[in-house]
Amino acid sequence: MEILVCVKRVPDASENEIELNSAGNDIDRDDLVYSVNEWDNYAVEEAIQIVDKEGGSVTVVTVGDEEAEEVLRREMAMGANNGLLLDDEAFEDSDGKGIAAALAAAVQKGNYDLILTGAQADDGAGQVGGMLAAMLDMPYASLVNKIDIGSGKLTVGREIEGGNQEMNEIDTPCVLSIQTGINEPRYVGIRGIRKVASVDIPTMGASDLGLDAGTVGAAGAKAKRLDYFVPDLGEGAQMLEGSTEEIIEKLIELLKANGGLK
Amino acid sequence: MAQIFAYITHKDGVADDSALELVAAAKKIDAGAAATAIVTGSGATLDTVCNDMAASFGEVWKVDNDALAYPNAEVIRKMLVALLPADALVLLPHDTFGMDLGPGLAIKLESAFGADVVDIEGLDGTTLKLVRQEFGGVVSTHVDCDCGAGAVLNIRPGAVAADESKAAGGQVVDKSGDAGDLSAGRKFLEIVAAETGDVDITKEDVLVSIGRGIEDEENIEIAQELADAMGAVVSCSRPIVDAKWLEKSRQVGTSGQTVKPKVYIAAGISGSFQHMGGLKGNPFIVAINKNPKAPIFQLADVGIEVDILDFLPELTEAIEEL
Amino acid sequence: METALIGPAKAFFLFIPTWFISLIIPIAGIVIFTYIMATRLAPLVKAAPDMRMNRYPERILKVLKIWLAQWRQPRYRTAGILHILIFFGFLALSIRSISLVIIGLYDGFVFPGLDGTVGHIYNVVKDVMATVVFVTVIVAAYRRGIQRPARYAVPEKYGHDHTGEAVFVLAVIATLMVSESLFEATLVAAQASQGMPAEFITPLTLPWLFKVFLWNTSIEHLQTLHLLSFYVHDVTFFFFLCFLPMGKHFHVITSLFNVFFMRLDQGTVKPVRHGVTDEQLDDLESFGVKKLEDFTWKHLLDFYSCADCGRCSDQCPANAVGRPLSPRFISIKGRDLIFKNYPWYPVGSMFKESEPLIGSIYEEDEIWSCTTCGACEQECPLGIEYIDKMVDLRRGMVDEGMVPQSLQKPLRALEKRGNPWGKMEKKRTDWALKDKEFKADCEVQILEKGALADTLYFVDSISSYDDRMQGIAQATAKVLTAAGIDFGILGKAEKDSGHEAKRFGEEMLFQDLRDQNIDAIANSGVKKIVTADPHALNALKNDYTDVPPVEHISQVVARAVTSGRLTLKPVEGNGKTYTYHDPCYLGRHNQLYEDPRQVLDAIPGLDRVEMLKSRDRSFCCGGGGLMLFYEPEEETRMGVLRVEMAAAAGANVIVTACPFCLVNMEDAIKVAGMEGKMEAIELAELVAMHIQ
Repeated sequence: MEILVCVKRVPDASENEIELNSAGNDIDRDDLVYSVNEWDNYAVEEAIQIVDKEGGSVTVVTVGDEEAEEVLRREMAMGANNGLLLDDEAFEDSDGKGIAAALAAAVQKGNYDLILTGAQADDGAGQVGGMLAAMLDMPYASLVNKIDIGSGKLTVGREIEGGNQEMNEIDTPCVLSIQTGINEPRYVGIRGIRKVASVDIPTMGASDLGLDAGTVGAAGAKAKRLDYFVPDLGEGAQMLEGSTEEIIEKLIELLKANGGLK
Repeated sequence: MAQIFAYITHKDGVADDSALELVAAAKKIDAGAAATAIVTGSGATLDTVCNDMAASFGEVWKVDNDALAYPNAEVIRKMLVALLPADALVLLPHDTFGMDLGPGLAIKLESAFGADVVDIEGLDGTTLKLVRQEFGGVVSTHVDCDCGAGAVLNIRPGAVAADESKAAGGQVVDKSGDAGDLSAGRKFLEIVAAETGDVDITKEDVLVSIGRGIEDEENIEIAQELADAMGAVVSCSRPIVDAKWLEKSRQVGTSGQTVKPKVYIAAGISGSFQHMGGLKGNPFIVAINKNPKAPIFQLADVGIEVDILDFLPELTEAIEEL
Repeated sequence: METALIGPAKAFFLFIPTWFISLIIPIAGIVIFTYIMATRLAPLVKAAPDMRMNRYPERILKVLKIWLAQWRQPRYRTAGILHILIFFGFLALSIRSISLVIIGLYDGFVFPGLDGTVGHIYNVVKDVMATVVFVTVIVAAYRRGIQRPARYAVPEKYGHDHTGEAVFVLAVIATLMVSESLFEATLVAAQASQGMPAEFITPLTLPWLFKVFLWNTSIEHLQTLHLLSFYVHDVTFFFFLCFLPMGKHFHVITSLFNVFFMRLDQGTVKPVRHGVTDEQLDDLESFGVKKLEDFTWKHLLDFYSCADCGRCSDQCPANAVGRPLSPRFISIKGRDLIFKNYPWYPVGSMFKESEPLIGSIYEEDEIWSCTTCGACEQECPLGIEYIDKMVDLRRGMVDEGMVPQSLQKPLRALEKRGNPWGKMEKKRTDWALKDKEFKADCEVQILEKGALADTLYFVDSISSYDDRMQGIAQATAKVLTAAGIDFGILGKAEKDSGHEAKRFGEEMLFQDLRDQNIDAIANSGVKKIVTADPHALNALKNDYTDVPPVEHISQVVARAVTSGRLTLKPVEGNGKTYTYHDPCYLGRHNQLYEDPRQVLDAIPGLDRVEMLKSRDRSFCCGGGGLMLFYEPEEETRMGVLRVEMAAAAGANVIVTACPFCLVNMEDAIKVAGMEGKMEAIELAELVAMHIQ
């Protein structure tokens, strides 16, 4: 089975304190560390496990600049066979649709039986997988937390509300967006990354992909992020004082206001 | 002004809470708009939902077809593409169904997509002014969305206050004949229910979380009663799991579960960063602790310096009386 | 010399001269033994290299102390004394046993030098020793077979019980003693009955008892018994020799070598592969131990040498709290696998294909359960090593990506941020700069932009970032200031020491962190380093090269109070009894037992008691560094047991000298519900409170 996994380089939420920059129009990127989007990591692990059982190969692709190559290498160190970098100035400031268009073009350059994405990213909107599937006219399932391989069809579980699982049968080729918890991603050590440090990763630009620059990047974006701002968080704990009755009354009010009580 | 549609999810003849939030969202786009609800499904319960929705929407489009008995996003997308006019503004709840449907629908309608929208500040010409969140809600962003060719907006459930006015007095229009081809490459099989007793605290909006301050295994009942009263679930910090008072799946922290609730009641939890590391999404934190120096008070939104064993039962009682 | 009985070299059995039998038995025995030993040596030849052919004087000292003088045996008194008796019995009787083999060929053979007076003395010694061994063996058999100390039990998951083998070998030893004594007693009895000169037999020894018993036996019967006992001894001796390499009694042969080759340094971890430099590591095909032959030959020799005495596991804190680890069975399972893969009775192919160790004989959780506290190695009377094996197995797991999710996060954070919590680099100095009250009280210099100091205070991650442990960093800074030491910190240039990264098998991550720290230290121009974190101390001292000399804060304070540069005021709060908990990486791994105690005793009026388990038998608090993130399966926490030990010693304050110990102790006090009855404090904090 030939599998393509779409990955993304993101500021790692667990290792960063996301703060606004001094101008207040962007997050402070000086001290950020980046890594592969957590959901994508599960998708790559799933792809590797499928290929281990069924044979085939795993290709990881990302849209980004040279720096994005590091996440491709990390996923290759994990066990992905090939990397593909979609890098073009034309892709800059793409919205989800632009990214999906670039990825869709890359899919059409290859011959894949299964395309995986992460269900979402900390700095994203959980949209690329569904858009990609629609562009490719492939069936799609989101929030997938189980994949069983059948002949020509897959049985996939989707994680839905209340911890329930929605089981579907889906034709291949298809696009699935992967939810965390579907597996336990393996560890990638520094040594693993060094081993693939010199592997050649092909790069494709808009013209290689046959994309009209007007459909991607800022030009093609219908949704544009204008700024970043911090919603009012309040400073430290507001201590509730008074008699128990008064405290409870205030607390219930606050709980209601914040969605803790209906 | 393009027509606004809201897709209504429903179960057992009852529309999802998000339905009336979409009514409100539509009004944020255009205060005078009479949005159209689209209700799909099959059988008698469908009519119940349609009639209910007629009170809140200018029009209700009913699509009755056995192929729509379960809301398979792939099938519904095809149906909506066949049904909707050009330039439509489509509102969906940003839940597991909306996430499945929205992005692909936007592509097929050749319109813009607004994901996980927490607020709509209005419409300026063909530009929708949206508010979104990133990094688990730590930062928010203003997004301009060009809806000149229509748009699909996924509205975060609970982000917009529901419109309960129910004064639209709309009509139910049967559009079953326009549903088009309802075949898809994905077939719904079944729902595998979560194991009973197996609580997934990572998916809960309200957590009553207990720590050492609970003192004894028997006292967990006190927290459970409060959680029951609030419709919440009990989670805990590591010492409770270590003591084997609660199962590991209930532990919040770097070594336990990472949770993203809306409200987090930290009862008798000191607030070590190992514990707080498991708390994401900037919830509203209520700290209840008898130790005024507990670090949790620095991290919480609201603090109460009191022994939880005395306080929780009284709070439970007060909530039950509401 | 004329004798009353015909010796085995001259007798006939069914017309066959018995010297022929005396020749066949040793030849057969030696051939079989040589063959078995060859199969046992085969895996050692295929194993990974090890650097043990060095530092001979130190190794000889180890042999004299630990092997010959049985130094570690009396740590378990009864078993130790029994072992010492058998050990010296074996040494004494080995000469006799060999000469007996030759007596089967040359009648009346004595080793040169063992004739005359020396011979008589030796005869007394060997008679006494044979008797002592015989009695000891009976006592040991009683202990093993009937009393059954819990230490020897084999939990079901680790296979079958070993009591049968133990008792069988004791029976074999008893047979050797009895047959040897009988051989001698029959001759003496016969000589005496014929009025011929007889060898003196020490009264009340085994041969003496036999002699008394045989006093009136006919010469024919004595002759039969004489030859019978000789051949029973001869056959048993060679059987025993060939049986030794079959199980836990292999140590009778290997112990000498195992002790000679034992590790000489503490606190260190073996290189990934001996003979491969750090620069060449990237070229290695595979990392760590994944299959049997990836162990070094010394580590396989360890497996052979394990005598199954159970002392390691008895001291192992992981075992004590019910984690799925028992060091004893790391060895026993390893040995059983060698025996299985390199059988002495080959069926099919000579050597079996090696399977991955993890998932077959070892489990992932078993290997992650070790805190590397070193209690097992401290105890082993044979110099068996465990820490290096654990680290090697972890290196193998890391290389295969088999790392629990709970550890992946902190490892990634170490890589990205230089601390396991993923906190921002610039916040590393918050404890010194952001706490206004502290800052007003104590100025801490950051060694950047040309700032200079004589001494570097290496803070390390936990004391820099953890809210509670920042108190240790502040206390340390105050103590250094009070002691008049010109010091500074590296600030954001400091990275985690990597101590735990190395011990959790992430060698390359450790090397990255180490290299960054070495650069930063070199740039700072300091001449000395001091730290309050024993893990940092151990890393800087034993894992790093090319850094200035490193000391623990307790050494600095001990010197300062001795010289009078620092005086401490009388102890605050009365009615408190203190006990000192030895952190593993300060005590066992770096032998710093006295300085912290000296510091405590320098606080006038401080009442201090010792816990039963202290100094080199200290009981690990639960593990530091990455162990804080790992979620082991366990029945209780190590810290809880430790707090209970402190209470049992009559203490109500535990003083430790390590931030990780403090985390674990404070947690344990709460878990054990001993708040108000027990408190924990760190040494520098205690000193800071008592600065005059």
